[in-house]
Amino acid sequence: MAQLIRRAAALNKSLPAASFAARGLATASTSSITVETSLPFTGHNIDPPSRSVETSPQELLTFFRDMALMRRMEIAADSLYKAKLIRGFCHLYDGQEAVCVGMEAAINRKDCIITAYRDHCIFLGRGGTLLEAFAELMGRKDGCSKGKGGSMHFYKKEGGFYGGHGIVGAQVPLGCGLAFAQKYSKDESVTFAMYGDGAANQGQLFEALNMAALWDLPAILVCENNHYGMGTAEWRAAKSPAYYKRGDYVPGLKVDGMDALAVKQACKFAKEHALKNGPIILEMDTYRYHGHSMSDPGSTYRTRDEISGVRQERDPIERIRKLVLAHDLATEKELKDTEKEVRKEVDEAIAQAKESPMPDPSELFSNVYAKGLGTESFGADRKEVRTVLP
Amino acid sequence: MHRAAPRQRQEHNGEQAVPHRYTDGRVSTQRGGCSNSGSITEEGMHKSSPLNPTLKRSSPNGSTLSRFLFWELYREADMLGVLRREVACQGAHAWGLEQGLRVIASRALSSSAKAMTVRDALNSALDEEMSADPKVFVMGEEVGEYQGAYKITKGLLDKYGPERVLDAPITEAGFAGIGVGAAYYGLRPVIEFMTFNFSMQAIDHIINSAAKSNYMSSGQISVPIVFRGPDGAAAGVGAQHSQCYAAWFGACPGLKVLTPYSSEDARGLLKAAIRDPDPVVFLENELLYGESFPVSAEVLDSSFCLPIGKAKIEREGKDVTITAFSKMVGYALQAGDILAKEGISAEVINLRSIRPLDRAAINASVRKTNRLVTVEEGFPQHGVGAEICASVLEDSFEYLDAAVERISGADVPMPYAANLERMAVPQVEDIVRAAKRTCYRSTALAATA
Repeated sequence: MAQLIRRAAALNKSLPAASFAARGLATASTSSITVETSLPFTGHNIDPPSRSVETSPQELLTFFRDMALMRRMEIAADSLYKAKLIRGFCHLYDGQEAVCVGMEAAINRKDCIITAYRDHCIFLGRGGTLLEAFAELMGRKDGCSKGKGGSMHFYKKEGGFYGGHGIVGAQVPLGCGLAFAQKYSKDESVTFAMYGDGAANQGQLFEALNMAALWDLPAILVCENNHYGMGTAEWRAAKSPAYYKRGDYVPGLKVDGMDALAVKQACKFAKEHALKNGPIILEMDTYRYHGHSMSDPGSTYRTRDEISGVRQERDPIERIRKLVLAHDLATEKELKDTEKEVRKEVDEAIAQAKESPMPDPSELFSNVYAKGLGTESFGADRKEVRTVLP
Repeated sequence: MHRAAPRQRQEHNGEQAVPHRYTDGRVSTQRGGCSNSGSITEEGMHKSSPLNPTLKRSSPNGSTLSRFLFWELYREADMLGVLRREVACQGAHAWGLEQGLRVIASRALSSSAKAMTVRDALNSALDEEMSADPKVFVMGEEVGEYQGAYKITKGLLDKYGPERVLDAPITEAGFAGIGVGAAYYGLRPVIEFMTFNFSMQAIDHIINSAAKSNYMSSGQISVPIVFRGPDGAAAGVGAQHSQCYAAWFGACPGLKVLTPYSSEDARGLLKAAIRDPDPVVFLENELLYGESFPVSAEVLDSSFCLPIGKAKIEREGKDVTITAFSKMVGYALQAGDILAKEGISAEVINLRSIRPLDRAAINASVRKTNRLVTVEEGFPQHGVGAEICASVLEDSFEYLDAAVERISGADVPMPYAANLERMAVPQVEDIVRAAKRTCYRSTALAATA
């Protein structure tokens, strides 16, 4: 029963649950609705797209469900971490769901996404399942990286998701490399290289951006500006926190990252631009409710009022809920039912993940190489544990 | 928004060469088709050219020169007897004279052997692999229009076009990362570092983005990339340009680390590296680029490949095992010649592969000779020799008749003054002395404090 909404490669969205079909919206579900984004886009060296976004009831309901699922997954991960079932690092994305969901609505699975360590929801968006996510977090065999990666190293290559990277900023040159390969292979697809406001100051980002601009690579750099690089506010880390302008000769767009439709519009615009003209920067103005990671309470460098203020005024799920209700696409109760369903899905996935065993000890030595050539490898006591890599 | 006019885009359909407009206005001539042996020359000696002021031939004790003369003479002679007389007159101590003559005897029946510089070996290997697989591309500083800082990539831009031979800005972290990202997607990049000293700027991508990815993703993301370039000491380039990185990279699981010595090594190992699905660090040596080595017809074939992880016994012996890699193999062979005159038969192992290390070959050799000297150019602490010594102690302790000996670079940053530089790198006499120590044949040992 573990159904996560899966997007087929051809962006064919199916209606999520029976409750919506009951309203007889099946025929009307793809009808067009035009919504204005919360704010106009601000462009740097480029004319921004219109703030009128075409959407549909189906899309809005899917946004709601997907974001609710992601929110629920992250909250559940918080509890699992406190229960010590998740160890090490755990960086949660709740509050930022609109970025990932809006992006998916604008692209397909041939496009690539690469991000840093706050990657659980992006993994789901690319086709990853809840079971794979929870099992990986708990270090079990059914995890997407078979338990060997952990929270920061989720991958789904067939879905165009290249991780999941622990070194701040490294994913940006890697993303430009993906774009390079897409252009080299003439695939007519683009790469979204995502990074935070903290990583925005990394030198290698500018090195890669320079080459992307020189060679007209279809690279879209997406700064998820949640205003805090761990405990350091953006104004303390960056002389210029206008990250969409930091590309200088590379055009940029500032986007309200809490508005899934604005994100969708920006990503669609960016993809068209990148395919024709090379790199572009998108700055998503977003917010994370949790601290930087599970070891950070998140309240020593910002006030609780600020956090609750954003939750009241700008929460991405609430925005969609209001839109759905305003356009009469579902009732309050139906939306609440969706949230209950989603919670049930998450709980079931967790139960299943808990049943998954830990990797076999022989997995210590697997995948060191793609082609091991029969070389020897050793455990801590090489006289005790010695193996041959296949 | 103002943009400069786009560079001329070339449509190229795989095999045909693409005319490229150089920054000085020249346009390269179109060359149709791909020839597999375009850059192999009969004379095998790399010619100096205005574009290559750095060319120098190193002949520390004249034996490289004598080896070359040996092969030149071979081509003149058509009888083994004549050859033997000629060589004896020259007084040449070519490597493994008897072995060499045996090889020639068999060769005399087939086509004559060619000689090839390491530079040409690398160039031809790159050329052939790029021709065979359209996913292979080259990126680095000056690899294109400049024809390569050390001319290793000479001619590739003309042949394959600017989409496959990319001149990168001086941004190692950036272009190494771009190379790794391209490898994630499935291309096969060959990233050149002008020297491996600059790889430190990109080392995060080599280790964290490349080496560890296959493991962290449990096999989903493999990284078929090659990082290549000159490593170790050159001549007079000072502390920041002389470090050997074999030990550091050799420590990392997930990487393969290769160290060619001869032209055969260069061709076979570079081809193997490019074909390998894992990240390979390919450590060349600037001073070897101009050295010429004999290459058989088999080596010249475009399908030639050497196995990764297997060492080569360059010189068989029975009294002491000397392990070496890269330039030090030449020194070890010379040491072997000197030791032979004193009745010590040295077995010289050319490691070829630092990771995986051919422990089986090293241990088998030590079990035969009972003595070990490891030679490397790099810093002594935590060096390649340390690993080899530990491995031999663990696996072949009872076979050792003497303490293991390590010869390495000095434990100092590389000085510039020629006399100090000479003291900072191993010399042939150091290897000879250490070998004699293992045979208890040294003269008075240096007094220890």
